[in-house]
Amino acid sequence: MVQQSGPGVRGGGPSAVEVDGFGFRYTGRTDWAVRDAAFQIGPGERILLTGASGSGKSTLLAAMAGLLGPDAGDSRGAVRVDGRTAAQSRDRIGILFQDPDSQLVMSRAGDDVAFGLENRGVPEDQIWPRVRAALDAVGFRYPLDRSTHALSGGEKQRLVLAGALVADPGLLLLDEPTSQLDPEGAQLVREAVTRILARRETTLVLIDHDAGPWLPLVDRVLEVQFHPTQGVPESNGSTEGGPESGQIAPQRGVRELAPGWRPTMPVLPAQDPRSTRSEGRLLPIGLTQGVLQSEGEGPVLWAEGVGFCYPADESSRPALLPMDVELWAGRVTAITGPNGSGKSTLGLLLAGLKAPTVGRVHADPDLAGQLGNTPPHRWRARDLVLRIGTVFQNPEHQFLTGRVRDELSLGPLRAGAGNRAARDRAEELLDRLGLTAYADANPFTLSGGQQRRLSVATALATRPSVLILDEPTFGQDPSTWTELLRLLVEARDAGTALCLISHDARLVAAFADYKLRLDGPDPTRPIPRPVDHQLGGDAAG
Amino acid sequence: MTLAIAGQPPSVWLGRINPIAQIIAILVITVTALATIDLLTPGVLVVAELTLLPAAGLVRARQLWRRSWPLLLSAAGVAWVNLLFSPGDGWDWVGSAALALRVIAVALPGVLLVASTDPVRVADALTVHWKVSTRFAYGALAAIRLAPLLVIEWQAIRLARRARGIDAGRNPVAALRLIAGAAFTLLVGAIRRGSRLAVAMDARGFDSSINRTERTNARGSVLLRRDYLFIAAVVMLCAAATAASTATGLWQPVFAN
Repeated sequence: MVQQSGPGVRGGGPSAVEVDGFGFRYTGRTDWAVRDAAFQIGPGERILLTGASGSGKSTLLAAMAGLLGPDAGDSRGAVRVDGRTAAQSRDRIGILFQDPDSQLVMSRAGDDVAFGLENRGVPEDQIWPRVRAALDAVGFRYPLDRSTHALSGGEKQRLVLAGALVADPGLLLLDEPTSQLDPEGAQLVREAVTRILARRETTLVLIDHDAGPWLPLVDRVLEVQFHPTQGVPESNGSTEGGPESGQIAPQRGVRELAPGWRPTMPVLPAQDPRSTRSEGRLLPIGLTQGVLQSEGEGPVLWAEGVGFCYPADESSRPALLPMDVELWAGRVTAITGPNGSGKSTLGLLLAGLKAPTVGRVHADPDLAGQLGNTPPHRWRARDLVLRIGTVFQNPEHQFLTGRVRDELSLGPLRAGAGNRAARDRAEELLDRLGLTAYADANPFTLSGGQQRRLSVATALATRPSVLILDEPTFGQDPSTWTELLRLLVEARDAGTALCLISHDARLVAAFADYKLRLDGPDPTRPIPRPVDHQLGGDAAG
Repeated sequence: MTLAIAGQPPSVWLGRINPIAQIIAILVITVTALATIDLLTPGVLVVAELTLLPAAGLVRARQLWRRSWPLLLSAAGVAWVNLLFSPGDGWDWVGSAALALRVIAVALPGVLLVASTDPVRVADALTVHWKVSTRFAYGALAAIRLAPLLVIEWQAIRLARRARGIDAGRNPVAALRLIAGAAFTLLVGAIRRGSRLAVAMDARGFDSSINRTERTNARGSVLLRRDYLFIAAVVMLCAAATAASTATGLWQPVFAN
């Protein structure tokens, strides 16, 4: 490639990163998110940063991207990219975040990739060849005028990657690039990253809670070992001048993991769940008639030929084709299928949150109680929350209070439990989920994984007889995944009927008694297929 | 459903006219219509604008209604107020109709522009020809892209509240509080998403601090012969409308009462 001078100059090769006694404390926090970290990354290296949630990985990545300005908080030491501060090297750094919809700017794919070149003042005649090359490099299959709204999550994320790549970054930072994608979408992104790294023209630093699939791609794994409770650093060992002497600084705050390291796999709760099933059954707060007698008598909640069509939808494609589902007490039904197949819609219908356009949802008399024959979508919210709990995909939509503790006691309080009982239930759940330290924090300030656990806990707080969970394990690391599953096992053993809507194959394989796979409306098959229920089947879904 | 606002406009004849030419035309029409309070001038303009409906892709009555009901409502309101407060004893039907037509004549070209023209072309034209701030123009485009996501979020937030045991029942005060609470959640989410987007845009060089060079435009925006012809045609139309109403003695300058 011919070297050019002027705006948006290409080339420059992969960047070196030097973290030199770096510390950072976010504005308004007392703890340092990162404290006295020191390590180096060579040009062209591919690094995976790992570490427990809250260990400061994301802060380190933001610092390398030059995004932690003085407004964001106090910093110590420095992070240098190619010998300059990260902020000065911003032109040479590309970054990819979790949510593609918070990164796409333009309504057409080609325009969005061109955006970064326009900003850098690249001459018009060079823009489109470079846009095409970047889209080819990530394997984007659509024409330049493809609407960015018409892409799946994985394709959007590929497009965002092309937008970062088009400026020929020396340093590419990936911050949880697959955590909001389904498995197919995550695979698309990993393939694209693999393709673009083959040329070794960029240094890569990556964080992903699902680290395993990335391992073949990375050279080194660094575990961030910072513990936020260690207090404020009085001084740090860095010199202001930087590493002119060429000596290799000792690594601090990170530990290099041995080659061949594998991420810890989530551990399934050890006990045989069925053996304890009849014991310790809990009565839902405020429900006098008690929980369902036992399994085997019939479903607690079932849908008969339910389907859903958005009104006045010009495409007139139904969101969900009519189908039957049954949820049984103490059993787990998993609903799987690709995005757009209507999984979440089915969950909303079962949860009594949307009215089906055809068919109906029935509740067992034990569940409905005095509500009789009324379908769940017409129940009052207060009655609903005692009987059917729902956990949404985005936990933030469900938060109603300013404190984690209040969030957990809200449901029991509204259901008529006393102050005392509500507080005890909140404390118990805080303890179980490892959120006690955050009891007085605002739910919106928690990490994504913590938020997810909190939203599951708020649904469990009223001990509903049916629990519907949309992607409950998104963004969990192995230990919180295990804790979450333990909580769900406990709910199931207490007789709760669980419905999991999930892409998490491991969760479904480990936990589901029944599996239901939706394939979505198939234009070649106008008649809906009958739904098979597999009892305790293998991982066919 | 919700994607209707974000979908790309259909490729229609009016959409190919440069947005700058369309905006100049709107200014000319506005001056012409506001200069007089007679019935004939806005009448001619409205007839001409209606003939452009197919060129803007507005052929079905439902589309037209969806785009123009606020305009028709305000025109009706203007006419109604004018009828109620007309001087003298009789009701000033002609004057009221003239005022309503004036509102339509001024606002309908805006409806045509929005219906026919890709917002990206508008932003390109404004920044290239009139040097409108790129931060403003492309920031607005990014916001337009987020709008349909907000509709989806709003629905999810309402359902999530019900799932948490909160609904208003038949109590209107509770309903209002519920909507206010959900709106706050939506706002918080929108601000957070907006700031994440701003960070992502700045990471791609959008912030001015590293803009040492002038921003370029990959699509460009060129004024072609047809754009000049379009402006000329609109100027001639306005001249003809004014001439017709002057010749018939109907023309009534707005400042000469």
